[in-house]
Amino acid sequence: MTIQQLSVFVENKSGAMLNVLQLLKSEGIQLLAVNIADTVEYGIFRIICSEPSKAFKLLKDANISVTLTDVFAIELDDKVGELANTLEIFHKEGISITYLYSFLINKKGVMVFRTADSERTREVIMLNNMKFIAEKDLYTLI
Amino acid sequence: MIWNPNKECMSRDEMSALQGKRLRKIVSYVYHNVPFYRNKMQEMDLRPDDINTIEDIRKLPFTTKQDLRDNYPFGLQAAPSSEIVRIHASSGTTGKPTIVGYTRKDIGVWSEVFARCLASYGVTRDDLFSVAYGYGLFTGGLGAHYGVETLGATVIPTSTGNTEKHIRLLTDLGITGIACTPSYALYLAETMDKMGVQRQNIKLKVGAFGAEPWTENMRAEIEERLGLKAYNIYGLSEITGPGVSYECECQNGSHINEDHYYPEIIDPETLEPLEPGKEGELVFTTLTKEGMPLLRYRTKDLTSLTYGQCSCGRTNVRMGRIMGRSDDMLIIRGINVFPSQIESVILSLEEFAPQYMIIVDRQGSLDTIKVQVELRPEYFVDDYPAMERKKKLLSDKLRSVLSISAQVELLPPGSIERSQGKGKHVIDNRKLQ
Repeated sequence: MTIQQLSVFVENKSGAMLNVLQLLKSEGIQLLAVNIADTVEYGIFRIICSEPSKAFKLLKDANISVTLTDVFAIELDDKVGELANTLEIFHKEGISITYLYSFLINKKGVMVFRTADSERTREVIMLNNMKFIAEKDLYTLI
Repeated sequence: MIWNPNKECMSRDEMSALQGKRLRKIVSYVYHNVPFYRNKMQEMDLRPDDINTIEDIRKLPFTTKQDLRDNYPFGLQAAPSSEIVRIHASSGTTGKPTIVGYTRKDIGVWSEVFARCLASYGVTRDDLFSVAYGYGLFTGGLGAHYGVETLGATVIPTSTGNTEKHIRLLTDLGITGIACTPSYALYLAETMDKMGVQRQNIKLKVGAFGAEPWTENMRAEIEERLGLKAYNIYGLSEITGPGVSYECECQNGSHINEDHYYPEIIDPETLEPLEPGKEGELVFTTLTKEGMPLLRYRTKDLTSLTYGQCSCGRTNVRMGRIMGRSDDMLIIRGINVFPSQIESVILSLEEFAPQYMIIVDRQGSLDTIKVQVELRPEYFVDDYPAMERKKKLLSDKLRSVLSISAQVELLPPGSIERSQGKGKHVIDNRKLQ
């Protein structure tokens, strides 16, 4: 139901993201999605990639502040209103989304998100028969 | 006008004789009332009888800010608590403030020397004078207040803070004099512009500015924008507060009230007194203070002394502009800030690594201070609000220790440049020389 996301603490400075990406490239780690917001002096660079545990160790060994975060991933059909419909369910259940981003893979949309209440989120995903993606499934999609 | 010609225009011989007499008395007083000084003198095999003339001052031990800290809070107080009528406090190097107690006579002397400053700036009994230094533990507000009352002008205790109300008082009351920090004077001018108050709507003619370093450029700007004549006033709370020295109309250095505060210039390395005119560290001995008299207190301010009669008629020695500090103290919006205070706050919080950088700047007329810290890797979380709370934790603690707000920047490990050897922790982008 969840997949692993790398969360990397980066300084808001030219070359900070590049440094992380070059390390991943050097070990042949493939990116599926990346996300960063515009903030002031620092940012959290969020990455979905192949071999997240290996990537985590690689960055940590390079003295980069990084965590592995379990995030929910739900597969959505690539058609109008799918994301809205899904969010409506969470909204009605009173679950607020902490952050969310999405990517496309094999013509399927993947919604990646965190909520303030993981237990309730799991229940809602199960009860509503949402097509969640597990860590192992993700890489078969690549 | 010269407030006290008897003291401000003495011949050098008369002054030296007076200083020698007062020094003898104060040394005997501290020897018998302050164990710290008695012990120091005994260690040096020095007795009060060994001090006879002002030249003998060289035999006496120095006093440092560290001594004040070691004897916190009342260890250097010479007068009994029943004689102390007021206490002021300034920031110390690592969080402990410096406590200074004043007897009624000390307040009287301070008021008198401040009145000398005001008279020198041309302030008279007819003036309406606004004191816009902070009132409180800081010596600026109350020190200036008592000086204005002693002179006999009308004091308006505006303090700091409500700038718009202050400007309304300036225009409505026709206030003619002001005492504040030079940066606050510029802030006042900026606020006047925003409110649409013209220079001709205010009647300010004289300003006493101090408590922070300022430049001739700032003086010119303040004079131009507020339409007044700007004078420097110098002082430090350990010695008394503002009023230790003051400019006259010649503005060729600041006259020291040396009948009360005896100045020396020493080499900060060798601690040897330097010849007149040479630049070094300014040292003061309080010649008449009862509450907390200090012998040879090292101010860490770097300047030089000029003897001889001034064109204004005064003969008391003049000190030059402060050219810097022999320690790393910063003056931010009139408040003394030591990098070591900031360091001790950072080290007290386990979230942060010991690497840090303090960046001081001046935006418009206001000093800003920014502290960059590195968050330890184990405290990084994938949660912006939680990260912001870590910043707030540090900035709140800094504000309570420093008495001014500092902006905090949170950075990943390794972001702050490591220096070779002794760490460089301060970047001061203000152009103050």
